[in-house]
Amino acid sequence: MSADIPLSAQLINLCASVILLLAFAMLAQRRVMQLINLFALQGLVLCLSTLVVAVTTQQHHLYYSAGLTLALKALLLPWILHRLVRKLYVKWDVESLVNVPTTMLVGVVLVMIAFNVAQPISILSQTISRGTLGIALAVVMLAFLMMITRTKAIPQVVGFLAMENGLFLAATSATYGMPMVVELGIALDVLVGVIILGVFFFQIRDQFDSLDIRHMERLKDN
Amino acid sequence: MEFDLFLVLLAIPLVSGALLTVVGEREWAPNLNIIASGGTFLAAALLTADIIANGPRFALGEQFFIDSMNVFFVALTAFVGFTTSIFSGPYMRNEREHGRLSAPRLRLYKSMFQLFMFTMLVALTTNNMGILWVAMEAATLTTVLLVSLYRTPASLEAAWKYFILCGVGIAQALFGTILLYFAAERVLGETGNSLLWTHLVDVKGSLEPAIMALSFIFLLVGYGTKVGLAPLHNWLPDAHAEGPTPVSAVLSGLLLNVALYAVLRSKVLADGAIGGDFAGNLMMGFGLLTLLMAAFFLGRQKDIKRMFAYSSIEHMGLITFAFGMGGAVANFAGLLHMTMHSLTKSAIFFAVGHATQKTGTQLIADIRGLIRINPVIGWGLMLGTLAILGMPPFGVFASEFMILTHAMKYYPWATPILLLALGVAFAQIFGKVQPMVFGDTHAKRLPHAPAITPVFLHLLIVLMLGLWIPPYLTRWFEEAARMLG
Repeated sequence: MSADIPLSAQLINLCASVILLLAFAMLAQRRVMQLINLFALQGLVLCLSTLVVAVTTQQHHLYYSAGLTLALKALLLPWILHRLVRKLYVKWDVESLVNVPTTMLVGVVLVMIAFNVAQPISILSQTISRGTLGIALAVVMLAFLMMITRTKAIPQVVGFLAMENGLFLAATSATYGMPMVVELGIALDVLVGVIILGVFFFQIRDQFDSLDIRHMERLKDN
Repeated sequence: MEFDLFLVLLAIPLVSGALLTVVGEREWAPNLNIIASGGTFLAAALLTADIIANGPRFALGEQFFIDSMNVFFVALTAFVGFTTSIFSGPYMRNEREHGRLSAPRLRLYKSMFQLFMFTMLVALTTNNMGILWVAMEAATLTTVLLVSLYRTPASLEAAWKYFILCGVGIAQALFGTILLYFAAERVLGETGNSLLWTHLVDVKGSLEPAIMALSFIFLLVGYGTKVGLAPLHNWLPDAHAEGPTPVSAVLSGLLLNVALYAVLRSKVLADGAIGGDFAGNLMMGFGLLTLLMAAFFLGRQKDIKRMFAYSSIEHMGLITFAFGMGGAVANFAGLLHMTMHSLTKSAIFFAVGHATQKTGTQLIADIRGLIRINPVIGWGLMLGTLAILGMPPFGVFASEFMILTHAMKYYPWATPILLLALGVAFAQIFGKVQPMVFGDTHAKRLPHAPAITPVFLHLLIVLMLGLWIPPYLTRWFEEAARMLG
């Protein structure tokens, strides 16, 4: 359709749209295992998109970023989550998401808001991937929506990690990635966070016999 | 020599945290915890003296930066960490004898306590706005398992809420940091130094205002979640009420300060880039909203630790408002109030911790006649409460008075709101604490005598600062206040 956009930019935009689509898919996915797979796929696409930016712009540290993304978000974290789900025996834990269409509609509205917020900023950016800043913000907002609508602990955490994916996309699209030391620190925090949550899940299940956080509604101001 | 001192400051909590994990729960482990915290405090005090004498300096290249503003927070953090470790010795032994905590949990507590101190010291001294974010998130992670230390349903719920809400908040702060880097990169270029605060502050005037405005909003809401600013404050009362009391003391006394420090650093940049009162007005708005909300929720609390947690939210609102007004006087008052609040609130939590152990409950209605059970704890709680409510001659009065008079002069419309909130808070808290201290009692003996010294040490300092602030401290506050603009 528009021949004046270079192939690399088109590839980046394609990756970003796939990430956005996956965010919507996660919003509607009821099975925990499938949800984790979707998250792993999102990590993979994120890695690909970072790689395309790296190859096009010859930014060396982006290769490391892409490698880190692949190792952490596409492999290690999904593996940890899979193990957790198996150990906790919640594999067939299907959530009853009653209002998927409504959630989707809210999601669409969020995407529009995100695009509007990002518009003035992406104009200022000179990066090849600037068009994806709106998508990145949309992914963050959709992940946030997912955290609000889910009632089980693991999907909430997947939502939290998906939010981090969106932030990473924002960082690569607006600025070609954060300084390496910061990116390493963030990766470390995410990893430690997931491990702590793993410990935490067992504590929750031992106390409540379930990972349904609807049981946790005792603390109120009254 | 100076270089070493700073490394020692960071190394003590990190190494002792690891050491406490390895050695496990021994008879002397609490003492090791105290010695390590004492060492940290000593290093912080020496570092402070050095900074006062020789001015600001870098460490580890330009990655860490210590100036008169953050060294003040470092000293405060190390001091309260030290007294909390003294308090937690007998407190945690009592908890163990009551069968509420086992040896592995105590090990977890001590090692996480030290790592928590480490993350806060890194957050305070780092020069890199990205590392500041990383350290803030790490501070959350180290305390999640401390909040759920008792493994009761309520404490797990509190810890989950804490993790998710602060996680969401801190994710927004990360977006703010990304935007900040984006703005910085356009001026400073694509080097690893573009997120260094000292570099940013040099070029703050030429940072793109539109990006900086959006960035500051995200940073304020994000770090504000950890400060306890409304409307994302919900995690705070739960985490304070359900976690062990020493954790409540450091959360209230230190973590909130460190989060506010992150907001202040961002505000300096935003003010420089945007100009005018944009950042200040936002902070005043959030501050007033938080203050009002907390004052009216105070009265509905039945749990004593929850009530004082809301009191912390109230004071954080007041401090945010003070920094929002800006200017040398208001910044001075804000810094003074932060110090007073840290010292007083941790003293109150120490006293509350002993009181709840004595009476075996956290319910306000069930705690009665502390003055007869143990006069020292009773008076400690009473004096602490009077101090936090801003009664003269305690130091909180001085800082609240400064904030109020400054508001009357420059923002008269805010004065009735401030007075209303402070009045409501006074009536609610005093009305609840009075029967707890005086009244009929059912006593209980504790196997380990409580550590009373920290309570009165803190209150004594607050009293002293209310009557007389040493000149070097005034200079130091003034310098820090000037840096905030």
